[in-house]
Amino acid sequence: MRNDNSSHQGGSFYQRDRSWHPPAFTPDYKTSVLRSPKYALLSLGNTLSEMTGPVFGHAMLGPLDNDLILNYAQTGEPIGPRIIVHGQVLDEDARPVRGALVEFWQANAGGRYRHKKESYLAAIDPNFGGCGRTITDEEGRYWFRTIKPGPYPWPNGVNDWRPAHIHFSVFGHAFAQRLITQMYFEGDPMIWQCPIVMGIPSREAVERLVAALDRENTLPMDTMAYKFDIVLRGRRSTLFENRMEGN
Amino acid sequence: MVQSLRRLKESPSQTAGPYVHIGATPNFSGIEGVYPHDLGSLPLAPEVEGERIVVTGRIFDGSGTPIKDALVEIWQADAQGLYPGQGERRGAADPHFPGWFRQPVDGTSGVYRFETIKPGIVPYFDGRPMAPHITFWIVARGINIGLHTRLYFGDEDKANAADPILGRIEHRLRVPTLIAPRSDADGKPVYTFDIRLQGENETVFFDI
Ligand SMILES: [Fe+3]
Repeated sequence: MRNDNSSHQGGSFYQRDRSWHPPAFTPDYKTSVLRSPKYALLSLGNTLSEMTGPVFGHAMLGPLDNDLILNYAQTGEPIGPRIIVHGQVLDEDARPVRGALVEFWQANAGGRYRHKKESYLAAIDPNFGGCGRTITDEEGRYWFRTIKPGPYPWPNGVNDWRPAHIHFSVFGHAFAQRLITQMYFEGDPMIWQCPIVMGIPSREAVERLVAALDRENTLPMDTMAYKFDIVLRGRRSTLFENRMEGN
Repeated sequence: MVQSLRRLKESPSQTAGPYVHIGATPNFSGIEGVYPHDLGSLPLAPEVEGERIVVTGRIFDGSGTPIKDALVEIWQADAQGLYPGQGERRGAADPHFPGWFRQPVDGTSGVYRFETIKPGIVPYFDGRPMAPHITFWIVARGINIGLHTRLYFGDEDKANAADPILGRIEHRLRVPTLIAPRSDADGKPVYTFDIRLQGENETVFFDI
């Protein structure tokens, strides 16, 4: 049984659809203005340097790494709605990505991050750190328990607020699949007012980042559940691979 | 109508935001006791084969200001040119070398720093050798999708001149943006790789 991400081999990855992702320059998100390359990206395609990637094994995980309710608890449990977030990491061919390292971070229930640069008035929760991580199982599944984060204001427009969200970082089977994204919550009207979200060109693409309230997996009198699937780049089948020796 | 390919779309990228350190390097950001150490931050094991080097630099925005909230990941081959981890079919890499490191830039100076080894030569897909290089991946507030680039070594003129990737850069004036000059400090080579997101001497970024 392989629980790390070292077991899959295959061809190069499908070209990334750059028209589906937010472009680098999204002026309504002001910080992007000076941090967006102006030249076209140079199309490199995949070499071994992109088709390989680091391996992370379960041995690195602590028992509370996927439990944000307990992994920073000092005097008690954090305040706020208890939720389970779960889903599958798949590739574009709907194949499970097993052994994927998934890291997540978020604000507390009041929308406040535990960070020295954070200036929002909402209170720090002494029992909430806001980070966690896990590794997907053989079916590409992951899950963690946390507190539902609150929306928070941020200095962009004079009165911009982020919708409630959880940040995700995912390592698939190759460095070409490296992805950071954010998860939003079903039914939140603030999603559609957010300059960061609206940098994504289509509504259909935004909806891929909205987790569904999963009533079937809710624990009665205990914890609500949200389901959030993540899709990484898929790779070509090596049907007629004609490569030089050594590749 | 034709049969459907039924492919899924990749999850859209979103910025790592200003608080990426909470998730990626919590100990650095002052959240201690959750992970024993920040992933990708452990020093090289003494058993690792290869020449010890330092890779350092800053990341500048379009106004020339160093960014102070970026996160940098690097991925590289071992001293023999073999990748640790997975996807490498040519042989087993140095078991002590992780190949992957992650560091935040310094919150005051914007300097990032990696202590690693000089990688060996990795073949291009047609078998030609690629010059030794380190893959960089940069995320930060204001970067909507992680930026891929490569560091090439300033003391590898011959290999760089024959490198198939560098050779494909049409605008030759931009090639030096990928080449880190070497200096020496404490008996160790130091390669300085400054990255410019925009403006004069904008670094070449790749669509991989
Ligand atoms: Fe956030």
